[in-house]
Amino acid sequence: MSILGLHKKLEENTGLLIFGILLVSSIGGLVQVLPSLFEKSLETPGVNVRVYTPVELTGRDIYIREGCHVCHTQQVRPLLAEVARYGPASQAAEFVYDRPFLWGSKRTGPDLQRIGGKYTNVWHELHILDPRSVVPESIMPSYPWLATQMASDTGNIEAKLRVLQRLGHPYSEDDVKGAVASLQGLREIDALIAYLQMLGTGYDAAATQAGGH
Amino acid sequence: MKGNGMLGEAEYYHDKVVMRLVQFSMLWAVLAMAVGLWLAAEFVWPTLDFGQFWLSFGRIRPVHTNGIIFGFGVSALMGTAFYSVQRTSHVPLFMPKLAWFCCYAWQVVVLLGGLSLLAGWTSTKEYAELEWPFDIAITVVWVAFAIVFFGTIATRRIRPIYISNWFYGALIIVIAMLHIVNNLEVPVTIDKSYSLYAGAQDAIVEWWYGHNAVGFLLTGGFLGMLYYFLPKHAGQPIWSYRLSVVSFWAFTYSYIWAGPHHLHYSAIPEWVQSLAMVMSLVLLAPSWATMVNGIMTVSKAWPKLKSDPALKFIVLSLAFYGLATFEGPMLAIRSVNAVSHFTDWTIGHVHSGALGWNAMVTYGTFYYLVPRLVGRELYSTRLANIHFVLALAGTLLYILAMWAAGISQGLLWLSVNTLGELSFSFREVMSSMKPYYALRLFAGAIFWSGTLMMTYNLWRTIKGANVLKVLIPPVPARWRINKSVAQPVGVEAQA
Repeated sequence: MSILGLHKKLEENTGLLIFGILLVSSIGGLVQVLPSLFEKSLETPGVNVRVYTPVELTGRDIYIREGCHVCHTQQVRPLLAEVARYGPASQAAEFVYDRPFLWGSKRTGPDLQRIGGKYTNVWHELHILDPRSVVPESIMPSYPWLATQMASDTGNIEAKLRVLQRLGHPYSEDDVKGAVASLQGLREIDALIAYLQMLGTGYDAAATQAGGH
Repeated sequence: MKGNGMLGEAEYYHDKVVMRLVQFSMLWAVLAMAVGLWLAAEFVWPTLDFGQFWLSFGRIRPVHTNGIIFGFGVSALMGTAFYSVQRTSHVPLFMPKLAWFCCYAWQVVVLLGGLSLLAGWTSTKEYAELEWPFDIAITVVWVAFAIVFFGTIATRRIRPIYISNWFYGALIIVIAMLHIVNNLEVPVTIDKSYSLYAGAQDAIVEWWYGHNAVGFLLTGGFLGMLYYFLPKHAGQPIWSYRLSVVSFWAFTYSYIWAGPHHLHYSAIPEWVQSLAMVMSLVLLAPSWATMVNGIMTVSKAWPKLKSDPALKFIVLSLAFYGLATFEGPMLAIRSVNAVSHFTDWTIGHVHSGALGWNAMVTYGTFYYLVPRLVGRELYSTRLANIHFVLALAGTLLYILAMWAAGISQGLLWLSVNTLGELSFSFREVMSSMKPYYALRLFAGAIFWSGTLMMTYNLWRTIKGANVLKVLIPPVPARWRINKSVAQPVGVEAQA
C-alpha cells in the first residue's frame, strides 16, 4: 500500500490514529531518554559522595518546600567565568542521592552548588531571616518562620529514610532508628543551614582530571 | 447511532459544558495573571510577601505557572476541543455526563492543587510541581477527557477525521504518556514523595516532560484550536491541508527529542545534549510550516481584519507563534544557550509564547465563540479593539524588558578581564536589573488590564442569555461514513 493510501486509512480510523500518535511520539523518548536510565555512570556515587544525614535531608526538604530552587540553581557549567565565580563544574556522580534533582532553571540569585563552607552558620542565619541585613541590594524574601518551627515537626523523617532505603540509598537500620533523635532541639533553619553547608562537598577533583563529568 | 445521516429525530450539540469551561478558563486567566503581577512586584519590592509563608516567592511562582497552564490553558483546550470535535464529527459529545465530570473535576484539581502549592507541597519539577495525590487525580480526569474526545470521534458520522482533532488527540495522548512517566514517585506522606529517578537521570526525564508539556499542550493543543477556529473564522479552508498533515507528523515526531536542550553544559551525557540541539533546529521546519499555512489561510480574508478584533487576535498570535518557535531553536544552540540559560531571557521567551501565542489565540477564539454560543453580538467591539492594543503593547514591552535583562545578565556573568578574572560580581549584575523588572511589572499590568476588560465584555455578552441549542446538521451524502457511499474526493471543503 502506498504511503498516501496508508495515510488515508489512518485519517479515517480512530484506533489507528491513536496508535500512530503514540508510536511516532515515543521514538524520541525510547532512543534518547531510556538509555540514560540504564547509564551506570549517571547512578554511581563519586568517591566523596555520601547519603544525606537525617538533618541534611530535612533541610533539603525545607529548601524544596520554600521553593529555593525557583531562584537558585545547583549546577555549575564548565565555562571559564562560571567556574571562576562558583567553583568546579558539576559532576553527574555528585547527584546520585538527589530525589528530586534540584539543578533549577533560573538564577535570580547565585548558584548554590558550591555554597557549602563558604559562609559561616551565623551569616546564613542572618541572611535567611533578613537577607538585606547582610546583602543590602538583595531581593530575596525573608523566612522568619524557619526560626520558630522545629525540624522534628517537618515531615516524617523515619518514613522518608525507609522510602529512600527502598530506593537503594545505603541507610543502615541504626540510621533510621536514630533519625528522630538526631532532629531533637533543632529549628528548621538549623536543618536548612546544615544542608547548605554540605552542598558541593561530594566533588571529586581526580574524576575531572580523568576527563569525566 | 444513525449511520446514514438521515435524522429520525432532532439532535443537538452539547454546548453548555463548552460555555462553562470558557468561563472557568477566563476566571483562571484573571487570577493566575494577578499572581504573576504579584510575583513581578516582588522583584521590585521584595518585602511584598509581608513575611507570610503563603505569599513567599518560591511558593507562589508555581501557583502562577500552574494556574496559567492547567487552569487557563487546559480549561480553554478542553472547552474548544469539546466544541470542535462535535462539529467536525457531526455527533453530540460521547458520554456528555463524563464531559461535565471533566469540566468540574478539573477545576477542583486546579484549585486544591494551587492551595497545596501555597502549603509547600511540591515535587519541584517544573510544570509538574503538584504532589502525588494530584498526579493521580489528574490522570483520572485525563482518562475521562480521552474517553469523551475519542469516543466522539469513534461515533462520528463523517468519514475523515479533521486535522484539528489530530492535534487535540496528540495533546491528550502524549501528555498522558509524559505525565505518568515523569511523575513516577514513591509516596512518603500525603504531602511528600521521592522521585523514582535520581540526579542526572531525574533531570533528563523531567526535561523530556517539561519541554514536551510546552510542546504538546501549549503548542500542539493550541494548534488544534487554531486549525478549527482560524478557517471557520476566516471563512476559508486551510490553505494547504496536505501541509497541515505533513507538519503534524513532523511536529509529533521531532518535538520529543528537543527536551535536553534545557540541560546544555550540565552533567548529562554530551550526545544527549547535541542530539537535542540538532532536533530543536529541525523543529523549526514544522513550526514555520504551520505558521505559513495559517497566514496563507487568512490572506484571502484580509479585509475582515479591519473590522474583526477576534480575527486580529488570531493573526497576531500566529506572528508571535512564529517568533517564539524561531527563538526557541536559537536558544537551543549551545553557544547561544551559554549566554541565555538561567537568565531572564528564558522568562521573556516563555512569555512571548504564553502571552503572544497562547493567550492571544485563546482570546481571539473566545471573542469568536462566546457570542455564537448565546446567539448574540459581542457586547462591545470597541472594548475588544482596545483590548487588542493593550495585549499587543503589554506583550511587546514584557518581551523587550526580559530580552534586555536576560542578555545583559548572560553577558555580564560571563565577562572576564584579560587575566581571566570576573569583571562583575553577582550583586552588581543583580542590582542593575531594577529598571527592567519595573518595566516588566508595568507591561504585565497592561496585559492584565486588557484581560479584565475582555472578561467584562464577555460577561456582558452572555448576561441573562441561555446557551443556544444548535441542531446537528446532516452530513452531505459523499462525506457519510456509510461504507457504500463513494470515497470523498478531498477534505478541504470540510473546513
